[in-house]
Amino acid sequence: MGVISALGNNREEFWTALINGRSGIRAMQRVDLKEIRFQNGAEVWGYDPLRYFEAKQASLLDRFAQYGVVAAREAIEDSGLVISSAMKDRMAIVTGSCVGGQATEDEGFVSLYKNNTGRVNPFTIPKIMANGAASRISLEHGITGPTYTVATACSSANHAIGQAFWMIRNGQVEAAITGGSEAVFSFGFLKAWEAMRVISPDTCRPFSKERKGLILGEGGAMLVLETLEAAQARGARIYAELAGFGMSSDAHHVTQPSSDGAARAIACALNDGGLRPEQIGYINAHGTATPANDATETLAIRTALGPQADRVAVSSTKSMHGHALGAAGAIEAVATALALHRGILPPTANYTTPDPACDLDVIPNAARALQVECALSNSFAFGGLNAVLAFRSLG
Amino acid sequence: MPDDLEKRVIAVIAATQHIPVESITIDSTFEELKIDSLDGINILFAVENEFSISIPDDAAKALRTVRQMVEGIRTLLESAKGDTGAPVAAQ
Repeated sequence: MGVISALGNNREEFWTALINGRSGIRAMQRVDLKEIRFQNGAEVWGYDPLRYFEAKQASLLDRFAQYGVVAAREAIEDSGLVISSAMKDRMAIVTGSCVGGQATEDEGFVSLYKNNTGRVNPFTIPKIMANGAASRISLEHGITGPTYTVATACSSANHAIGQAFWMIRNGQVEAAITGGSEAVFSFGFLKAWEAMRVISPDTCRPFSKERKGLILGEGGAMLVLETLEAAQARGARIYAELAGFGMSSDAHHVTQPSSDGAARAIACALNDGGLRPEQIGYINAHGTATPANDATETLAIRTALGPQADRVAVSSTKSMHGHALGAAGAIEAVATALALHRGILPPTANYTTPDPACDLDVIPNAARALQVECALSNSFAFGGLNAVLAFRSLG
Repeated sequence: MPDDLEKRVIAVIAATQHIPVESITIDSTFEELKIDSLDGINILFAVENEFSISIPDDAAKALRTVRQMVEGIRTLLESAKGDTGAPVAAQ
């Protein structure tokens, strides 16, 4: 597994921040704060493209694609998987991204409409395409099997990981690189979020009574998936078994979530993995910290898990790495798999006062040493599209 | 009789919601007009453009009726008159 986020540029930095409840949310650096109503974000701090890419290569990749490539390199190296010529056609790459290279597009608009140059960067088209990360990962590692990108807003990465998982389970491919990446910090895109009025003026406080909205984040996370038998046969380090995947659509409202739709996605993931609610000990929640999401998600967890909802530990790690939209599910899948592998549940940071509408055990502010059998990772998107992953510990 | 400000706000709401001006009164609630959260942010956007003002999120969240919106805008416009230079905002 590999991850780059506001919590650091690799997996160990990410995990250390998570279990210490250390938030990566700060004043945004890449935009002029005087022009925007909110001030804080979860940027990948101190990122230098030239640390990872030659200048010519970097100029062809929007930041969102770079994050995906960086995470994939770490994941492949960590997995120890050798991509042989026999293997390359039998591997898939499925990535998620909500807005692809929107920052590149924003730069082009500045050039055209503000600076009146009459021209844009000739690499604009290949940099904008949402499959930029998937294509570069394919090229860099010589992977020639099914390669594509899923865009379902904030559920993109969970849909991508679920698709890759099912392709392996169905025998279509032997292994997959899957996850998501996103880079949100362009002026135009931030102004669009400002107009939505869902961004917190201070920080991200999931499930707290004082929550005031989400904090945008960015980054990338990738996982290497293969069959359990293959991983065991080659003696790989296995973080967790991906046991089930469930998805649903609310058919309700473009931005208001529905607990029914979310609950059905959770139930589908349990069913797909042959899991009972009693086996679920931890949920990495969607937990955006908007007033609507957290209360609706609480209800969905109660509906789907029944009495087990009073025993399951739930946290939103968005309180630390922010909401990375199309990368969120992948970053949270890495957090969930690490939690199962290491027997420590990451907390909900920035927690203040309990909200009766969010009356779950939300692991407030301090990580908990607890080995659980199975865990869920929830993603619920604008547009009402829900995707839930179920993991099982092999520990 | 409704004043000019009231008429302009009602016209903005009518245009944004695609409903007749006559269906809106100063005492209409957003709930009666079937204005949901997404409609709400669209109306705020249109009103900000119409009056060249900036309505802070906290103030926006408290709005439930046309009257509250009209009075809020009136306060913003009056504070702008007295304090030109600074960005317009009210809590």
